Amino acid sequence: MTIAVWEPRLRPSRRRPDRWAAWRRGLFGSPLNIAITLALALLALAAAAPALRWALLDATWGGTAQDCAARSGACWAFIAEKWRFIVFGLYPNDRDWQAALAVALVAGLVIVTGLPRFWSTRLIAAWIVVLALALAVMGGAPTGRLVPTDKWGGLPMTVLLSVIGFAGAFPLGVALALARRSEMRLLRWMAIAFIEVMRGIPLIAVLYVSTLIFPLMLPPGMAIDKLARAQVAIILFVSAYMAEIVRAGLQSLPTGQYEASRALGLSWWMMMRLVILPQALKAVIPAFVNLAIGLFLDTTLVIVIGLFDFLNTARVATTDASWNGYHNEAYTFVAIVYFTVSYAASRYSLWLEAQLRARQDSK
Amino acid sequence: MSIFHGNIITKTTATLGALLVSASMLAGAAQAGETLDKIKSRGQIKVGVGTLPGFFAPDSNGKWQGFFIDFGRALAITVFNDPEKVEFTSSSPQQRLPALQAGEFDVLLSGVTQTITRSFKLGFHFGPIVFYDGQGLLVAKSLDVTKGTELDGATVGVQSGTTGELNIADFFRKNGKTFTPVVIEDTKEFVSALESGRVDALTQDASDLALKRAQFAKPDDFLLLPERLSKEPLAPAIRAGDDQWLEIVNWTVYATIQAEEFGITRENVDSFLTSEDPAIKRFLGVDPSLGEAIGLDPKFAYNIIKTLGNYGEIFERNIGKSTPVGFERGYNQPWTQGGLLYSPPFR
Repeated sequence: MTIAVWEPRLRPSRRRPDRWAAWRRGLFGSPLNIAITLALALLALAAAAPALRWALLDATWGGTAQDCAARSGACWAFIAEKWRFIVFGLYPNDRDWQAALAVALVAGLVIVTGLPRFWSTRLIAAWIVVLALALAVMGGAPTGRLVPTDKWGGLPMTVLLSVIGFAGAFPLGVALALARRSEMRLLRWMAIAFIEVMRGIPLIAVLYVSTLIFPLMLPPGMAIDKLARAQVAIILFVSAYMAEIVRAGLQSLPTGQYEASRALGLSWWMMMRLVILPQALKAVIPAFVNLAIGLFLDTTLVIVIGLFDFLNTARVATTDASWNGYHNEAYTFVAIVYFTVSYAASRYSLWLEAQLRARQDSK
Repeated sequence: MSIFHGNIITKTTATLGALLVSASMLAGAAQAGETLDKIKSRGQIKVGVGTLPGFFAPDSNGKWQGFFIDFGRALAITVFNDPEKVEFTSSSPQQRLPALQAGEFDVLLSGVTQTITRSFKLGFHFGPIVFYDGQGLLVAKSLDVTKGTELDGATVGVQSGTTGELNIADFFRKNGKTFTPVVIEDTKEFVSALESGRVDALTQDASDLALKRAQFAKPDDFLLLPERLSKEPLAPAIRAGDDQWLEIVNWTVYATIQAEEFGITRENVDSFLTSEDPAIKRFLGVDPSLGEAIGLDPKFAYNIIKTLGNYGEIFERNIGKSTPVGFERGYNQPWTQGGLLYSPPFR
């Protein structure tokens, strides 16, 4: 079937001069605007020039710490020497590729999930399988030599903590949101209590409890891995926020949707699965992406319980006696990585909204 | 006593016992020998550390290196005869002591200052002091002073929020000299104040000053004065209540100190194996009676020296004059050379 769409041919050629005219008017339209434009341009130049000089012109690109000390700019030789430690942390040197593979698996999973054309229930199975696979690879399955979790670190840890944190919080958050809107009073109260308590305390406190207090409550002789405890803490914490986002989605649906489903004779489970949740979740995708970005950046808090996440490995890299104190370079490097990922996620969110809107319109 | 009563008493005792056990667990109190059993069943020692150049830092390959790290490896040698059977975990200063209390670490080698409050109120045992630190003075060599007492009318940079300001005021008052304090907030500015000549001297923990000096463009133009204005003895910390583990920590540290006093190094340790001196024979386990008596590998001291070297070697390799940290031995040399390191006899 073909659909004839009328496209206005002149649109591109007419819009461009319009846009420039608007720019010109805005920047140089009046003497005041000219003055503001010039002042801001000078300010930007004054701020950017020393930064550029530090980062590029006066920088040292290779060699030793002595070479760096001889020049005044950034010491990128430090990053060249330390990038492996910053990215992989304490992970055994000769088996880095395992950690890289685990990250690649998880990244592939996230990218595939982001494309609407792959959206189906099979994704749930894919998530379980691929995450289990990534953890096994990280743990040393390909070489058959165990890598204990205290050797995990760097970017793989940040990626795993945030992605598994989000994936684990998703079903829990949906369940909490449904419980909070349930007509069963006890269930509703329990959900409200959990959500409000989790939202009422900072993530750092939750991490502290998981590391320091929780082990005291276990029967003697029983121990749960520290990373696993931190991961569960993150899942519980994020699920509370997730629940509130899902609840917003549920509330955004007109009651007609519920009534119509009931009129069709659908059971509560079928109504939720086939009618309500697909619409409600789609409505809150931008909020989900927002939460995911926040979580990705918040995982840096695991530094307080001594885990070597990406930010912490960068910080620790600057304490090597022979490469002492290159904080600016280390933090610039991690900032670029964090920014790249977060910016890509926010652009993706915009793209997805446009896609979904286009679909909606074409229906 | 009737069976009925007996039952109630047994039950009550059992309940009370269970309560006590859980209470002592919550308090983190360890039973004698418990730590070593846990370490042995786990197969490694868990050590809490910090991150500071020369003292504890992973190298580019992610392997932990440093002065305190070597003592952690020495412990692993004492227990397992394997320097790798130890796991180092870095955590923030606020979290270290509660984490030790919670049993997350077997020993803290993070540069904890031994104080009476920590011993009594927090319930920690401290091993032998492995590093004598204290507030020091860093000056420009151009001032031409070699002792703190020669400073008169100097401008001294103090970092805000530290106890350093009180100590330095006491120091100058005691010597009947005057000074002008300059309180500086930012660490970077603190350092550049001395480099630019805005202040004549900086005061802070000596180890910290040594590290800052290493970051100067011309470190050799500056001098760390010998005086210490405060006492900061850094010692391994363990949970109170496990005497056996404490003794293992004690004698592991003493072994490195005693070896230096004997003049035994990583290089020459094998030549001492044939020594006729009974003290050295006992120390190196050539005469195994001592090790058998204390329940440790009789050769634990030999193994430590052979792998890591004596105290002096550990010091020089990580933070000594030839390293970027460039620390003077100061008080941290054997009592026979005018320092404070003193090991009880191995007999």
